[in-house]
Amino acid sequence: MWSWVGHRITGVVIFIFLLVHVLDTSLVRVSPEAYTAVIGAYKNPIMGLGEAALVAAIVFHAFNGLRIIAIDFWKKGPKYQRQMLWGVLALWAVTMIPFLIRHLTIVFSNFFGGN
Amino acid sequence: MSAVEAELPEPASKIELPVHLGGGGEIPTFDVTLRVRRYDPEFSEESKWEDFTMTMYGTDRVLDALHKVKWEQDGSLSFRRSCAHGVCGSDAMRINGRNRLACKTLLKDLDTSKPITVEPIKGLPVEKDLIVDMEPFFQSFREVMPFLVNRDHAPTKERLQSAEERARFDDTTKCILCAACTSSCPVFWTDGQYFGPAAIVNAHRFIFDSRDDAGDMRLEILNDKEGVWRCRTTFNCTEACPRGIQVTQAIAEVKQAILARQI
Ligand code: HEM
Ligand code: SF4
Ligand code: FES
Repeated sequence: MWSWVGHRITGVVIFIFLLVHVLDTSLVRVSPEAYTAVIGAYKNPIMGLGEAALVAAIVFHAFNGLRIIAIDFWKKGPKYQRQMLWGVLALWAVTMIPFLIRHLTIVFSNFFGGN
Repeated sequence: MSAVEAELPEPASKIELPVHLGGGGEIPTFDVTLRVRRYDPEFSEESKWEDFTMTMYGTDRVLDALHKVKWEQDGSLSFRRSCAHGVCGSDAMRINGRNRLACKTLLKDLDTSKPITVEPIKGLPVEKDLIVDMEPFFQSFREVMPFLVNRDHAPTKERLQSAEERARFDDTTKCILCAACTSSCPVFWTDGQYFGPAAIVNAHRFIFDSRDDAGDMRLEILNDKEGVWRCRTTFNCTEACPRGIQVTQAIAEVKQAILARQI
């Protein structure tokens, strides 16, 4: 059940992000200055951590989405659902660790490096 | 031994055998606390927890503890049970947050250092204590036509079937209609109209039976917004089923049969 709860929460999180993202991007047509100001506001470590959480959510949702497709359409999917969930979590960790190292170094060096 | 039994009104599991009969108290005893969700609409609209502490044996099940409470501490405690051996499906309840049959759950397999919580199964209206109204559950069961439909002339002997044809639906013949699956489903908790896993399991039992002619009708019934498409593959039902039926697998097979039929 928790994989489903996670999938729904990450799905909703991604949806809310996309909504906000469409709004802030469309600002560019209304007023390029306001757009630059809003995008500039994203360049701080809090937002950097938010981005990390967003990527974590997308990566989980994507891998678990593939698992759900396998459960629905692969004959042995329901039988191996648990093993596949461990696979999803393993792939998630394998994807997230290098990403976090790179992403957080950039985020924090930009901030403290006074870029 | 029969003389001893005749004297004592207690069930066999409660009798302390003398040492020369292989007794001698080698069955461990321990104290357990049952924390039961009580509800009696004649007194209050609110349900509340009530604790009962007693000494039980290592061979006892949650059902034995409930019996001990009812027979020795509080006769008003209400719950269903019939066979006491995991075949009638009467005593599904939520024990330590998981749906199980009280008669198949050994106390020693639970953490007896903490109170054992016992609640009615979720998603069906509670009538009293651990008794729920099963009617919505059986209504969905009836709607999938859980009986053999065969339009051929009745044969003089059995309707023959190969071992492979029989094996196709073997898993779903084991259902005892306990409702542990349906009442463990988060979709059913929020949408009581959903057919629920048990009805789909029992439809599967006939859809994949080579002797049955109404498979298409059942697929049509389940190809509904309250049918198989409500399933979100949470696997709660598979984990809850006391008969070990691969419930989510059965639902997936019905989904696939509906898709295959439409192509
Ligand atoms: C990026 C934007 C995405 C959004 C906003 C999104 C959102 C959602 C939401 C809200 C659900 C409903 C969850 C539920 O039914 O419990 C869902 C389900 C699903 N998503 Fe996504 N998702 C996105 C991307 C993806 C990707 C990239 C994949 C696959 C690689 C995917 C695969 C799935 C699948 C298979 C389901 C069905 C789950 C089920 O049956 O319960 N999604 N998505
Ligand atoms: S499928 Fe299993 S859990 Fe569901 S009603 Fe039948 S026996 Fe009970
Ligand atoms: S009392 Fe019959 S299944 Fe438990």
